[in-house]
Amino acid sequence: MVLYLCYKLIETSTSMPKTIFEKIWDNHIVYFKKEGSNDGPSLLYIDRHLLHEVTSPQAFDALRLNGRRVRRPDLTFATMDHNVPTSNRSLPIVDQISRTQIQALAQNCKEFGITLFDFNNPNQGIVHVIGPEMGITLPGTTIVCGDSHTSTHGALGALAFGIGTSEVEHVLATQCLWMYKPKTFAITITGKCKNQHAITAKDIILSIIKRIGTAGGTGTIIEYKGEMITDLSVEQRMTICNMSIEAGARAGLIVPDQKAFDYIRGRTYTPKGEQFEKMVDYWRENLITDTNAKFERDITLNVNDLVPQVSWGTNPSMVIDVTDTIPYPDDFANGNENERKAALRALEYMALKPATPITDVQIDRVFIGSCTNSRLEDLLEASLVVKGRKVSCKVRAMVVPGSQKVKIEAEKLGLDKVFKDAGFEWRESGCSMCLGMNSDILAPGERCASTSNRNFEGRQGSGGRTHLVSPVMAAAAAIEGHFVDVRKWL
Amino acid sequence: MEPFKVIKSKVTPLDISNVDTDQIIPKQFLKLIQRTGFGKYLFYDWRFDRDGNPKHKFVLNDPKYTGRQILLARDNFGSGSSREHAVWAIQDYGFKAIVAQSFADIFYINCFKVGLLPVSLSSEEIEYLFRNTDLDVEIDLFNQQVTIGTIITNFKIYEYRKKTLLQGLDEIDVTLQLESIIVEYEKKNKAIVPYTDKP
Ligand code: SF4
Repeated sequence: MVLYLCYKLIETSTSMPKTIFEKIWDNHIVYFKKEGSNDGPSLLYIDRHLLHEVTSPQAFDALRLNGRRVRRPDLTFATMDHNVPTSNRSLPIVDQISRTQIQALAQNCKEFGITLFDFNNPNQGIVHVIGPEMGITLPGTTIVCGDSHTSTHGALGALAFGIGTSEVEHVLATQCLWMYKPKTFAITITGKCKNQHAITAKDIILSIIKRIGTAGGTGTIIEYKGEMITDLSVEQRMTICNMSIEAGARAGLIVPDQKAFDYIRGRTYTPKGEQFEKMVDYWRENLITDTNAKFERDITLNVNDLVPQVSWGTNPSMVIDVTDTIPYPDDFANGNENERKAALRALEYMALKPATPITDVQIDRVFIGSCTNSRLEDLLEASLVVKGRKVSCKVRAMVVPGSQKVKIEAEKLGLDKVFKDAGFEWRESGCSMCLGMNSDILAPGERCASTSNRNFEGRQGSGGRTHLVSPVMAAAAAIEGHFVDVRKWL
Repeated sequence: MEPFKVIKSKVTPLDISNVDTDQIIPKQFLKLIQRTGFGKYLFYDWRFDRDGNPKHKFVLNDPKYTGRQILLARDNFGSGSSREHAVWAIQDYGFKAIVAQSFADIFYINCFKVGLLPVSLSSEEIEYLFRNTDLDVEIDLFNQQVTIGTIITNFKIYEYRKKTLLQGLDEIDVTLQLESIIVEYEKKNKAIVPYTDKP
């Protein structure tokens, strides 16, 4: 199979300074419409299309119904992640509706000639974990998936965003997408976290969402920049880009640097040898934000005084420092009546009282996993907290690696043993309790410290209560049975 | 897609901000592989208790609002997951338009793909509607106009999106007509940029 990298050379000589987003965008315009004197939608070329079992079946059905084909099966990759059980893979899937959905994807991929990393494939995993892991995600490419956390792939300098099922169908049929150009938004992160093990990328992105709100990035592509971003590893950058959607942004983007190129090198679908080096030269020269490029919005965040973050409410902007107490609705709302009502609702749903220190809040479950925090580094960091300790007898805790590869790598390092010795369940890869489509769910009223990305009502199980934290914070909470300031431990 | 017509209806008020798509259609219903029949699961966890009995406090269970075609919501409606099932559920339930202060991006785009009209109005206009839920509302897409009782207001919408709804266009057909341009694009790029064989 030949895998084309469909992008053309960026014209470097143009006078207008541009952001990396604008360069990738311009580079992928197949066709452009005007609307009066305004810009209309562009037809964008899509370099990589990722599929999973939940948002694709209706798209394939519509293709069949209209007698259409998949235009570029060679640029399309599928996996099963949302719905799959994370228990023993050799057993059949008990839930019949889940099984039907999984079989539908297998059948569709077969019929249309699409590469599938199925249930038992050694490359199976959460779609946003395996894309980068297999070198499907490359700098400068456009990547879409019927999943909002496609923003994750922006950590490698790709323009990657989530789409709905009708758009999945459109990309399958045409390899293109109509899109109005989003606005540019720069978030510059400066300073240095005081304790680099205890204060993580997750805390950075949670504090950003706390500040700008869940609609703060609506209509924009966020470019993260600044010394702090340069310091972060590629996996940590993925955590940040992943949650761009929780701030309402379509995508997150980071200019790829040597760390990114080293990460990509040698992966299954990455170009090899001299060709790779040529591409790196090209990326280095072209995939940058020009010095004088203008952003339509920009903010700066200094992390010198950042502490671990914990969400207390039912959307990802309802976040406090671990040293804080649950807020009063009036204080949270800052005069906004809708926000005050939202806080009241959230407190009721979460069964929390204002002024309670968050470290007094007892938990029942711990989930370490999801496309936000299930990569090797996440598990490694969490294992440092867990090592030699025991999970509280009141807590049920599980680790769900993001992919089979992550699982195997972690096992090579003995992490499975560290977690299991402490009393964690060590499971097979998938989305699992991030959204609870399989049997990994919270019971009504159960409270969970979770490394996932959404604390919406019922997200992890109807009536379940989710607190978003970093992997090290989740690990510490598992041990103590309530939230703790993990800075004391690391 | 059916061409979009003028809507005349009263509104069903959903007085909550940041309504996320997990609430609009909870995950247990995403396992279905068809596109229809999601209306009965719309806002499931808000609408029904654990035994499947209607919760009387929830607005969709108030008989007064039965049959209304406009959903009234607040800001950042449809945030979170990209699941188009959320839009299918709202449409299948019988709504033809959503009027809100603002929408999340992916949800907003998904609406146009299935012929549901999202209309964004100012916070004052939204407040007025919440206070006057028994007024007749008319939404005229062609003229980009909402009439609330005796008040007339305009709303913004991109031209191409408006056209798709009004004509009920099949967007894939539109794009397939550009096939030669797409091929041209692919050829040009293949010539310049390195590609690789799968190892
Ligand atoms: S892990 Fe969670 S957020 Fe990520 S793709 Fe799966 S369900 Fe979506």
